[in-house]
Amino acid sequence: MRLTCPHCGDRDLREFTYKGDALALLRPDETANPQEWVDYVHNRDNPAGTTSELWYHGPCGSWLVAVRDTTTHVTHRTLSLAEAGK
Amino acid sequence: MAKLIARPATDGLLPIEIGKAILEDAQPQAITWVAPFNRKKSAVSKTLGGFPGPGEVVEVKAGRALSVGPGQAMILGAPLDCEGAAVADQSDAWTVVALEGAAARDVLARVTPLDLRDAVFPEGGTARTLVGHMTASLTRVGPFRFEIMVFRSMTQTLIHELERAMKHVDARTKL
Ligand SMILES: [Zn+2]
Repeated sequence: MRLTCPHCGDRDLREFTYKGDALALLRPDETANPQEWVDYVHNRDNPAGTTSELWYHGPCGSWLVAVRDTTTHVTHRTLSLAEAGK
Repeated sequence: MAKLIARPATDGLLPIEIGKAILEDAQPQAITWVAPFNRKKSAVSKTLGGFPGPGEVVEVKAGRALSVGPGQAMILGAPLDCEGAAVADQSDAWTVVALEGAAARDVLARVTPLDLRDAVFPEGGTARTLVGHMTASLTRVGPFRFEIMVFRSMTQTLIHELERAMKHVDARTKL
C-alpha cells in the first residue's frame, strides 16, 4: 500500500502511522449534548466500503486524510488537513 | 576544569569500503534548521540566497539547503542566522555520512522504503524517509553518491545497518 503525503508525495506505507477515523476532525462545539460527545469520543462506524482516515507521515511530520475503500484497498484521494478544512 | 576533546561521531568507525561502495564521514561545519515565519518566506529566501521547495536541494550562500518538511529547511555548511525565521543550530544533533559507488543505490534499496530510481529520485533530490527503523534525511548529491543524515545518537546503528547491507550486496555479486 502507498499513500500520498501532501508535502513529500507518493510514499511507502511503512513511513506512515494510522491515527484513527477522520471523524476526529469534526469536534462538536460547546453547545453539543452529551450524546454527541459520546459519539465523537467513542463511537465509530466500521464500514465495508469508503472510509476517511487520519494518517501521519513521520519523516516530515505532516498529517493527512486518506479516503479509501476497505473492500478494494483503493485509495480514492488523500488531502492535507488544510484541504480537509482543518 | 576538565579539558574536553572534540571528536566526530563517526570517529574510528569510518571509512568503510566493501565491494563497489564506500561509506565515509560527510559532516558539514554546521547544520542549521530554518523555518520562515508566516509571509516571510520570500524575504528569508532573499537573505539566504534561496529556499528549497518540497523535495528540493538549493545551493545557498551558507552551503546546501535541504527541504526537510513543510516550510522547513536544513542548511549544511557555514553557521548562519536569519531575520524573519525560526533558526536553530542542529550541528551536534545530526550525523551526516556519504555512501558512494556503483553499488550505492543497491545498498540503500535494502534499508529504505524510498523509491530510488532516477526518474523518481534524481541527482539533486532530497527526502525525509526511513533507514532501517530510523527517520533519516536522504539526499542524492551525485549520480552514485548519497548523503544520509540521522540523529547523532544513532550513528553506530546507522553504520551497522549500512555495513551489513554493503556486505550483502557485495556477497551477491560474487555468487
Ligand atoms: Zn511527508
